[in-house]
Amino acid sequence: MRTPQRLGLAAAGLALFLAIWEAAPRLGLVNPAFLPPPSVIPGAFWKEITSGIWFGAVLSSLSHYLIGLAAGVGCGVALGIASGMFRWFESATAWIVRVLRPIPGLAWVPFAIIWFGVQPSAAVFIIAIGVFWIVFFATQGAVRGVDRDLIEVAQAFGFRSSTARLVKILLPASTPGILVGVRTALGQAWMAVVAAEIFGVPGVGQRMMQASSLLATDIVVVYMLTMAGLYGLFDSAFVALQGWLLRWKA
Amino acid sequence: MESVIDIEGLSLAYERDGQRTEVLADLDLTIQPGELVAIVGESGVGKSTLLRVLMGLAKPSGGRVRVATGDSRRPPVALVFQDARLLPWRRVISNVAFGLEWRGIPRMKRLERAKAMLRLVGLGNLAHRWPHQLSGGQRQRVSLARALAVDPEVLLMDEPFSALDSFTREALQDELQRIRAETGKTVLFVTHDIDEAVYLADRVIVLAGAPAGISALIEVPVAHPRRRHDPTLAATVRQLRTELSARSAEL
Repeated sequence: MRTPQRLGLAAAGLALFLAIWEAAPRLGLVNPAFLPPPSVIPGAFWKEITSGIWFGAVLSSLSHYLIGLAAGVGCGVALGIASGMFRWFESATAWIVRVLRPIPGLAWVPFAIIWFGVQPSAAVFIIAIGVFWIVFFATQGAVRGVDRDLIEVAQAFGFRSSTARLVKILLPASTPGILVGVRTALGQAWMAVVAAEIFGVPGVGQRMMQASSLLATDIVVVYMLTMAGLYGLFDSAFVALQGWLLRWKA
Repeated sequence: MESVIDIEGLSLAYERDGQRTEVLADLDLTIQPGELVAIVGESGVGKSTLLRVLMGLAKPSGGRVRVATGDSRRPPVALVFQDARLLPWRRVISNVAFGLEWRGIPRMKRLERAKAMLRLVGLGNLAHRWPHQLSGGQRQRVSLARALAVDPEVLLMDEPFSALDSFTREALQDELQRIRAETGKTVLFVTHDIDEAVYLADRVIVLAGAPAGISALIEVPVAHPRRRHDPTLAATVRQLRTELSARSAEL
């Protein structure tokens, strides 16, 4: 299929989807309070923006998202490298990893509240944990998978310390694998944002809970679309960055 | 003149699962400055192990190995691998500068030196390409430039042209001759191609046996620069072949 045809079909599909969505509440098939028609969304969006609530919620969610993501990715990369590089470290942590890894990020909510209170730091903690394991395993695998031959090149040219091996070979060689993990984490962290804010930390998640308890479903949809938009933005930016970092790849 | 490599009674064995395997036994070899010595032998005979010993990556279990270090700023050896083994995330020029990065040489100096080496191997115009954009022959030239950049006492080459097609291989053999004439480098060249060994080397050493030792040593009595179809070279190749088949009959 040629590109214009594909685009046309995609637009038609979206239009049909919106038409059915609009028709269902208007024809009385569903209660408009449970499913707001799409035509009311721009108005609701505008109200959220002009009242300043939208910016406040998005900004505070973004700050949780970015800090939590940075903390989770930072720890995941650091410990993943250590575990990929040193057998003793991997062995020493093997059982700890086995116990902690299967615990879902949300199961940490009680401790997050006890340790940090209903505070932004609690949300950051939940997000960081949600991201950590993905990045940890991606990094560990990538570091362990580095071609032995390339490490030998470093040795042959006199780089024999583990620091030199890390900086000259392991880190650049495992960057593609680490970035795949980080990209998955980008999506995972958005899920964690909603989860972390639903228990009361100010942000998009909290605003959605407020709106839904008042049956203001149009506002809930506004924030669902907001998250979709923000995620799309971050993901595209990341893919561009990834392409630039990996421009050496064939 | 003082020799550049001095190996006396070198033996090497490793132990795995309680079993001792001897790879090299009682090996003597002296290489003079500016010489090109080729080592031939079947695969697995221990040629690469010998190179690893010279690089300090494998420990001999007996004997003495001395590699000259002219001065402290130059490494004793640098290796050209069989597969070029360029670092794919570095541009060509930065691959060539790789070995200079731990010597505290300022970045500009390193790049200048790398540029000069790239010109020496005829790739001055490809400095900013990525390795994946190069042909196999070009990659191997970059690998050669990388080893030359550190200005080693001895250039070690581990079957450097064996993965190339025959046209490229011959071009690179001639290139190596020219570079040797320009730089006067001492070269230890491992190959399993007898024609290549005779064409390039001043002396050809045959490594054979298990554990391996030097089973034959042949001087190639032809001055450089050589012509590929020199009759004396052809005679030396025949002599070496006879020698080899006699050895394998003995074994």
